[in-house]
Amino acid sequence: MSDNAVKEVRYIWAINQALSEEMERDEDVILLGEDVGAPGGAFGASRGLFEVFGPERVMDTPISESAFMGLAAGAAACGLRPVVEIMFMDFMTVCMDAVVNQAAKMRYMFGNQYTLPLVIRTPAGAGLAAGPQHSQSLEAWFAHVPGLKVVMPATPADAKGLLKSAIRDDNPVLVVEHKALHAMKGPIPDGEHLVPIGQAQVLREGDDVTLVSAGRMVHQALKAAEELAGEGLGLEVIDLRSIQPWDKETVFASVAKTHRLVIAQEAVKAFGFGAEVAATVAEEIMDELDAPIGRVGAPFVPVPFGLEGAYLPGSGQIAQAARQAAEGGF
Amino acid sequence: MATKAKSAAKPRLGPKKLIELYRSMLRIRRVEETLTEVFSAGEIPGFLHVCLGQEAAPAAVCSQLKVADYVGTTHRGHGHALAKGVDLKRFMAELLGRSDGFCLGRSGSMHLADASRGVLGANGIVGAGIPIAAGAALAAAKKYPGRVAVAFFGDGATSQGAFYETLNMASLWKLPLILVCENNGWAEFTPQQVHMPGEDVVDKAAPFGVATASVPNDVLQIYQAAGQALKRARAGGGPTLLEVKCDRWHGHYVGDAQKYRGSEAVETAMAEDCLASFEAQLKKDKVLTKAQANKIDKQIQAEIAEALEFARSSPPPQAEALMEGLYV
Repeated sequence: MSDNAVKEVRYIWAINQALSEEMERDEDVILLGEDVGAPGGAFGASRGLFEVFGPERVMDTPISESAFMGLAAGAAACGLRPVVEIMFMDFMTVCMDAVVNQAAKMRYMFGNQYTLPLVIRTPAGAGLAAGPQHSQSLEAWFAHVPGLKVVMPATPADAKGLLKSAIRDDNPVLVVEHKALHAMKGPIPDGEHLVPIGQAQVLREGDDVTLVSAGRMVHQALKAAEELAGEGLGLEVIDLRSIQPWDKETVFASVAKTHRLVIAQEAVKAFGFGAEVAATVAEEIMDELDAPIGRVGAPFVPVPFGLEGAYLPGSGQIAQAARQAAEGGF
Repeated sequence: MATKAKSAAKPRLGPKKLIELYRSMLRIRRVEETLTEVFSAGEIPGFLHVCLGQEAAPAAVCSQLKVADYVGTTHRGHGHALAKGVDLKRFMAELLGRSDGFCLGRSGSMHLADASRGVLGANGIVGAGIPIAAGAALAAAKKYPGRVAVAFFGDGATSQGAFYETLNMASLWKLPLILVCENNGWAEFTPQQVHMPGEDVVDKAAPFGVATASVPNDVLQIYQAAGQALKRARAGGGPTLLEVKCDRWHGHYVGDAQKYRGSEAVETAMAEDCLASFEAQLKKDKVLTKAQANKIDKQIQAEIAEALEFARSSPPPQAEALMEGLYV
C-alpha cells in the first residue's frame, strides 16, 4: 500500500482508531466513562480497547458524571491524559460544574500552574428519534466558556484527526460527535493522521455565497450546494470543524470573495455559533457584505421525539437561505 | 456545633514533632488573625473565609504529608495551604491580589493553589474539590505509587452529590484518598440540624465500604487517625473518611455578624480552643515552656510581618497579563 493510500472507514471506527493509536503512543492516556470498558461504549467507540489495554486504562465508571468529570480534571492536572466519554451530550448538564467551573478555569485561575490535557467526547444531535433529552446540540454553551476548546468533526477523517489532536492538546477539549454520523463511511489517510484544532476546511469552492456550517449540517450544506449548482448558483461550503477557536481567516477570505454569507447549524438558532460567526462578520467586515447574513438553525423548542422531521433543519432550508442571500441586497 | 466525638488513641510523639505541630497551629492562628485585620482595613478585596478555631486538622494531617502528596481544599483553605508548606510571602501576595501571588493575583483567597507544594487548589464551589482530589489520587495510583491525595471539606459539602459519588468510586477503585471532613456544624449560614439528619458525617460512608474515623478537635487524636488513614492509603488499602468534630468561630466569612447564631453560641465555640488546650497540655507535660512559646510566637509574627510587607510591595497584575495563559 502506498503512503498516500486511503481507506474507507466508519466514523465510529475512526474514533476507535484514534483512541487506540493514542493509547498505544502514550501510556498516560486513559479512558473513563459509562460502559466504555468491556461493553465497548454505548455507540461502540471503545470496542476492543478494554481487551487490549485492560481495566486499568479503560475504566468503566458508575453513572456519576458529576464526580467522574471532576476526577478527570484532577487527574489531568496531575499528569494523566483522560479521555472521558459522556454518552449523550445532554448528560453534560450533569457535570457542568466540573467542566465549566473547574476544568476550564484551572489553568488560568491558578496562574498557569497546570496544564489540563482533558478530552471530553460526546455524541450530540438529533435524527435518531432519541427524544428531547438525548438529542441536543449544546456546543455553543461550551464555546462560550474561556478555557475550553470545542471541535465538531463532520467526517470520519476529521473524527480521527481532531480527536488525536485533542488528546495531544494540553487544554480541555470537547469533541462533539454527531451520533447520526457514527455509521457514515469515509476515506481516512493511511498512517498518522492529525487535524489541527481551529482550522476550517473549504469543502467546495464557489463564487456566489459562502456557506458556513459544522458537524452533521456540513452534509446538508453540501447537498444544498449541489442542488443550487443546478440553478447556476456557486456555493462555497466551509466546514468549520472547530467552533472554539473558529477559523475567522478562512471565513473572512471566503466572504471577501462571495460577499454573501449563510451559516447553518443543527442547534436551535438562537444564541448558537452561527450568531457568533454572523456577529463577527458584521462587526469586522461589514463592508464586504452585499446582502444580509442568513442563518439556519432549529426552531426554539426541545427536540420532539415524533416530530424530528419538522424540527431538524436541512438542505432545503439552507438552499432557501442561500437563494435569499444571493438575491438580497441592502 | 457538632457533637463531641469519642476520645481516640493518641500517638506517642517526640518533643520535636509536638513543637512542630504547635508551631503549625499557631502560625495558622496568627495568619488568620492578621488577615482578619488586613481584610477589615480594606486591603483585601472580595470575600475572606478564615479557619480560626479549626487549626488542628490542617496541622495534624498535613504534617504527615510529603511535598509531592496532594491536598484539595476549600473556600476556608488557608490553614490547609499553610500546613502543606506554601511560601507565606507568595500566599500573602495572592490574597492581596498581587502579581507575586502563586496564581499571579488571579485566584485570591478562595482559589489559592500552589502546585509546587501539592496544593491542588482551593475551591469556590462547595464539594467540588472532592472529586478533583480523587482524580489526583487516581494519577498518584497510576503514576506515583505511594503518593496520596487528601480532600478537605466541611459538613456542608457532604450534602453534595459529588461527595457520595466520589465515596463510591474511591471505594470501588481503592484510591489512595483521605477525605477529611471538618465538621464544624455549619453549612454557610445554616446550622447542621437544618442541613443534615444526624450529626455524624462518618455515618454517610457506611454504604460505600469506606474506612472511617471520627475524632474531636484535638490535634493528637486527629494526628493518630490521619496517620492510620495515610498508612492504609499508601499501602493500597483504599480511602478513609476522617471526620473532625470542630467548631467555627468567625461565621461564614470575615464580617459575618452571626446574628443567626447568637453571641452565647459563639462564646461557647471560642471556649473550645484546640490551640489553647494543646498549648496547656504541652506546658503541663513540660514539652513547651512559656519562654519557648513566646519565642515561637515572635518568630511567627516576624515572618507574617515580612510576608505582608512583601505582598504590599508586590505590584498589582498588569492589564497586559489579562489574556496570558488561558490556553497552553
